Amino acid sequence: MIGAMAVLADAAPAEDMRRIRRDPEAGMIAGVCAGIAGRAGIDPIIIRLAFVAAALFSGAGLIAYALAWIFIPARQGGTVAARLRPARGNIEAVLGIGLLVLSAALLLRAAGWWVSDAVVWPAIAAAIGGALVWRQFVGPAGAAAPAEAPRGPVQAETRVEPLPGARRLSVAGVGVALVLGAALVFLWANGALDAAGDAVLATVVVVVALGLILAPVWWRLGRNLAAERAERIRSQERAELGAHLHDSVLQTLALMQRRADDPREVAALARRQERELRAWLLDRPPARAGESLAGALEAAAAKVEESHGGGIEVVTVGDCALDDRAEAVLAAAREAILNAAKFAGDAGPIDVFAEVTPQRIEVFVRDRGPGFDPGSLPDDRQGVRESIVGRMERQGGRTEIRTGADGGTEVELSLERGAS
Amino acid sequence: MSAPTPRVVIVDDHGLFRSGVRSELARHVDVVGEAANVEEAVACIDDLRPDVVLIDVHMPDGGGLEVIRRAAHEQDSVRFLALSVSDAAEDVIAMIRAGARGYVTKTISGPDLAEAVERVRDGDAVFSPRLAGFVLDAFAGEPPPEGADVELDQLTAREREVLQHIARGYMYKEVAQRLGISAKTVEAHVSAVLRKLQLSSRHELSRWAMERRLVDPE
Repeated sequence: MIGAMAVLADAAPAEDMRRIRRDPEAGMIAGVCAGIAGRAGIDPIIIRLAFVAAALFSGAGLIAYALAWIFIPARQGGTVAARLRPARGNIEAVLGIGLLVLSAALLLRAAGWWVSDAVVWPAIAAAIGGALVWRQFVGPAGAAAPAEAPRGPVQAETRVEPLPGARRLSVAGVGVALVLGAALVFLWANGALDAAGDAVLATVVVVVALGLILAPVWWRLGRNLAAERAERIRSQERAELGAHLHDSVLQTLALMQRRADDPREVAALARRQERELRAWLLDRPPARAGESLAGALEAAAAKVEESHGGGIEVVTVGDCALDDRAEAVLAAAREAILNAAKFAGDAGPIDVFAEVTPQRIEVFVRDRGPGFDPGSLPDDRQGVRESIVGRMERQGGRTEIRTGADGGTEVELSLERGAS
Repeated sequence: MSAPTPRVVIVDDHGLFRSGVRSELARHVDVVGEAANVEEAVACIDDLRPDVVLIDVHMPDGGGLEVIRRAAHEQDSVRFLALSVSDAAEDVIAMIRAGARGYVTKTISGPDLAEAVERVRDGDAVFSPRLAGFVLDAFAGEPPPEGADVELDQLTAREREVLQHIARGYMYKEVAQRLGISAKTVEAHVSAVLRKLQLSSRHELSRWAMERRLVDPE
């Protein structure tokens, strides 16, 4: 054992333990040698030979390997398949290693390189039990607390899915039993128990009794931890919701109370808050605005509404990606919405309707203003018209401006898709 | 409007909102009752037999859908107008398919709401621009394959035109003016669309409403 620890320490100084990662995909067994070699920048075969050589000295290499497997965490970011390898595979691997150790031990025993049955067998049992206990409580990332599924730290060995708390404890329990059993067997085999037979019996009885008493407490503890975690998640959600409402709705409500004398402003604030809250409730990412015509149109209308007030109702049917041509329609529509808000925003709501079919894009912007004659536009608004009509014409589109008999102006933009 | 003032029941779980609507409508309609939950609403409707029920979509215990399901079948004369803050497609379409004659959002002005109530009382449908957009979207695309009722599963060109104008913000009267048809004809078209919306077996319809919320169109 001392030799084993020495080999381990030589191969991996305590300081570097954290940084060495097993490489199960490149390795022969568990990737210990591959991992160490990768860290040291040498050929894995050298490390493997070193382990084999060490194994020949009373199996020290084997024990060192087993310990390294247990204590060196697997490289993160392995393939999903490797990480999801079923637990059965792990059991087989453990079994295999166990048999290897056993056969090596028997071999050494037959060859006469042997201390004593009374020392080696309890030592092996204690090593296994100790490893089980340590694995549960001294994870490579110091994860003594129950792991936070599903993003818990990657544990040593190929098992990545952290054991649930209850299983963790029972595995640790088996380890404790192994270590205690080994200790007792060692003492008994060496005659140390003869003198204290009664005391040992009493101790065993007390330990069993304590176990019976503490087991349900232990179990409850595991359950409580799970409940606590669920509660924590819930309260986190509540806190998030609260933070959102505080940042948005409460702020707006406070603002509205201060501006109570300006109905237009109040209405605009309410509209903006409503829009934000809806987007948040529907979980609609604002990024959508940059990707599709409908989203961009809604965003443009929202922006105009914010700066000019008034209610702008956007209805869209169909949608398309925001390519150059759609971009031109969008720019023209934005201009039309801006005009409507500027010159007719007080007269009533503004309706924006966009319909995208495979054949064409159509956008209608309608206001309830007094209307105007497109032919008699003053020069300073001619420029604005240019940015609507001209823009559409350059893309081969069409603009129509209509004023109804009882007021209200509608700008109709249409662009054939596919044509150029 | 020579017809008598419509008798209206308001169903909404927000007392503040109920009294707001009541005072806004007071001059135009006769608000005969209010209900704050599904049980009250069903009892109230059975009891008072109003012309129009203004009904909120989101309420505890099943909401407006449940009220329509339990109260509508017995009383053909009672008509429902959904009134909600939600403009989610699945809410709108679900209410219409359950039997509501129209859908308006809570931001509608008092006079507009009064007009909508009268229209619903007279057996017509009330489509807001947004609802018109939803319907156009739902019936867009290729007609369904054979086996489906083509009559019910497609909009006629005229119906599409009417819906487009409503989506553009035109009132029925203005639509009639622009299309050179009578207001009655416009109403007939809208009612036909409503019937299709309620009866169409077009399987995409409900799914579309759900998906519109989940997946953004390309």
